[in-house]
Amino acid sequence: MSAQGLRIALVGNPNCGKTALFNQLTGGRQKVANYAGVTVERKEGRFVAPSGRVLQLLDLPGTYSFDAASPDEQITRDVCEGRYPGEPAPDLIVCVADATNLRLHLRFVLEVKRLGRPVVLALNMMDTARRRGIVIDVPALQRLLGVPVVETIAVRRGGAKALINRVDGDVPVAAPVQADDPASRNDLHAQVRALMAATVIMPRATDAVDDAIDRWALHPVFGLGILAVLMFLIFQAVFSWAQPLMDAIEAGVGTLGTWVTSALPPQSALHSLLNDGIFAGLGAVLVFLPQILILFLFILVLEESGYLPRAAFLLDKLMFKAGLTGRAFIPLLSSFACAIPGIMATRSITDPRDRLTTILVAPLMTCSARLPVYTLLIAAFIPHRTVWGVFNLQGVVLFTLYVAGIVSALAVAFVIKRFRKDKSEHALLMELPSYRLPNVRDVALGLWERAKIFLKRVGGIILALTVILWFLSSFPGPPPGASGPAIDYSLAGRLGHALHYVFAPIGFNWQICIALVPGLAAREVAVSALGTVYAMSGSDDTIANQLGPLIAHQWSLATALSLLAWYVFAPQCMSTLAVIRRETNSWRNVAITAGYLFGLAYLASLLTYQIARALS
Amino acid sequence: MGEALRQSRPAHRVPFAYNANHSYLQYPTVRLSDLPKGSPAVVDRVDDAHAGDPIAQRLRDLGFVDGEPVRVVACGPLGADPLLIQIGSTRFALRRSEAARIYVKAEAA
Repeated sequence: MSAQGLRIALVGNPNCGKTALFNQLTGGRQKVANYAGVTVERKEGRFVAPSGRVLQLLDLPGTYSFDAASPDEQITRDVCEGRYPGEPAPDLIVCVADATNLRLHLRFVLEVKRLGRPVVLALNMMDTARRRGIVIDVPALQRLLGVPVVETIAVRRGGAKALINRVDGDVPVAAPVQADDPASRNDLHAQVRALMAATVIMPRATDAVDDAIDRWALHPVFGLGILAVLMFLIFQAVFSWAQPLMDAIEAGVGTLGTWVTSALPPQSALHSLLNDGIFAGLGAVLVFLPQILILFLFILVLEESGYLPRAAFLLDKLMFKAGLTGRAFIPLLSSFACAIPGIMATRSITDPRDRLTTILVAPLMTCSARLPVYTLLIAAFIPHRTVWGVFNLQGVVLFTLYVAGIVSALAVAFVIKRFRKDKSEHALLMELPSYRLPNVRDVALGLWERAKIFLKRVGGIILALTVILWFLSSFPGPPPGASGPAIDYSLAGRLGHALHYVFAPIGFNWQICIALVPGLAAREVAVSALGTVYAMSGSDDTIANQLGPLIAHQWSLATALSLLAWYVFAPQCMSTLAVIRRETNSWRNVAITAGYLFGLAYLASLLTYQIARALS
Repeated sequence: MGEALRQSRPAHRVPFAYNANHSYLQYPTVRLSDLPKGSPAVVDRVDDAHAGDPIAQRLRDLGFVDGEPVRVVACGPLGADPLLIQIGSTRFALRRSEAARIYVKAEAA
């Protein structure tokens, strides 16, 4: 092996501070991708050691045992053993262990040592260990383990100095390979106990601070109360902080589009392509960013602080009854703002089956993009009057639509559970780590990563589909002297007229059918598309103001209710489908999601329309 | 599954049987899921719920092995499920069906 480009793999138990150490070593110089064919993140970075050598660092997924229980753990094992296709075996394995939790982490260190590769042990979180009065005899541990041991504090500047100096020196000699069989696995615990007895003094098994916080945070009543308040504050922040930013992005992209296209003749196809295709697509991608970043800021802070598994603990029973897991709570809650960050947040769900179920039902949570459609229809058709003494009928209808989404998500998850072929038990088996103050650099890097994933992987698909939809809505143009709206003559218009045969039983007229086609770009686009069909122009708000009285006059109540029911279910959002494609790496899952949502939407609208007609 | 396990073995094993170390057990073993909150105990063994049970193996890997001190720290708000288990210096959330695989010896109060 050459001194240049020494390949180092970072391994360790979950919650050992491995990623913080990786961030400390590499700074922002890291590449995040996926392992081929699976949705396990591959993080690689490099750094220059004091000697001038370039060291390549691979951050492997956190692992409790080489007896892999998840795709993440399989990859860690295969890469460490040098068996992963296309991934050369590491020259050196740096095994990271939490100095405050050595009883658990040393067992994996012993497992890594048995691979027979050069290993360095990094005892991380030494600051917390000292604060808690934990004394570790490092020279003795090094002697008994037979691998070099260094102390690190990943969250402090310069806290990885000892590790850098160690890996910059000679590669340590590897221990002999040992066979991996169940009997010797159980011996590992005996070895850990002996090591602990000889080298570690722990005044107290747990951190008194953790115990004190958990008494409140996990309390059956106060714990749920704290969770509810936290979630309420997060949602307040998402909606109040994101809205001005979203408005600014839309205005900014619009202005930019106008400025870029000002030199072109206003009626030309290129002008329209740039303005209504490319810039509209760019706006559609960027407008999601504020919500995604603000939501992820909170999710990352909750994750880093150690609270996220506590929330999962409190809600696991409820979610489990519906065929989900406690860990699905945060992703599903995020989906009320937007399904895209919600689906991206399902990475914290370890069981692949639980993760897929959560992804499949996430679009049923009422996202904020449905609100413009709901408010338009409710304002136009539902009378503003008080029912049962205190409630506003319009508010009751809106609430019913939200509840319909939640109930159907639980029902769908339950059905998926019933029909799954693999009936083996899903484990919770979740570690509740120590509470920690979130590190600014780790949160910032995490946010930057999410933004990049969204813009690069999802943005491309959204942009391409927006341009295709623009093409469908613009060509062919209206014949000379035509009187109707231009979209009526386009491919989208013809498609809408053709769809009318399919949608007539659920009460949609041809105008709605045409609006559904560009409405695929995003749900709220349907409002402006309806405006286009009814030949109106202006901003979304003015269209909605004019459109309300018009449709109230032209549509029956049954049609309006049917369209509301449609929007509870319909997968009218390509961005969601694009992110499902990206997160599950499978078009089949996209097809399943789109298929079942369309099916449910059609069924719900059919029932609503026919019942409403029969009653009126 | 949990029910089948419950029927196949009595919750309280006959005391004074030999354990792996060939010493007399002083206290009967109970399932971890039946251990009262806060009362100290020591792990006796983890039973496979079925042949090649991956959850049981994972529990053993995580440190649920003979002689390890263990305690129920907290219970979930609904149906006292899941359980928060302290083992070594680690806390794990286990569903009751997972904790039912673990047999513990209750320590004298």
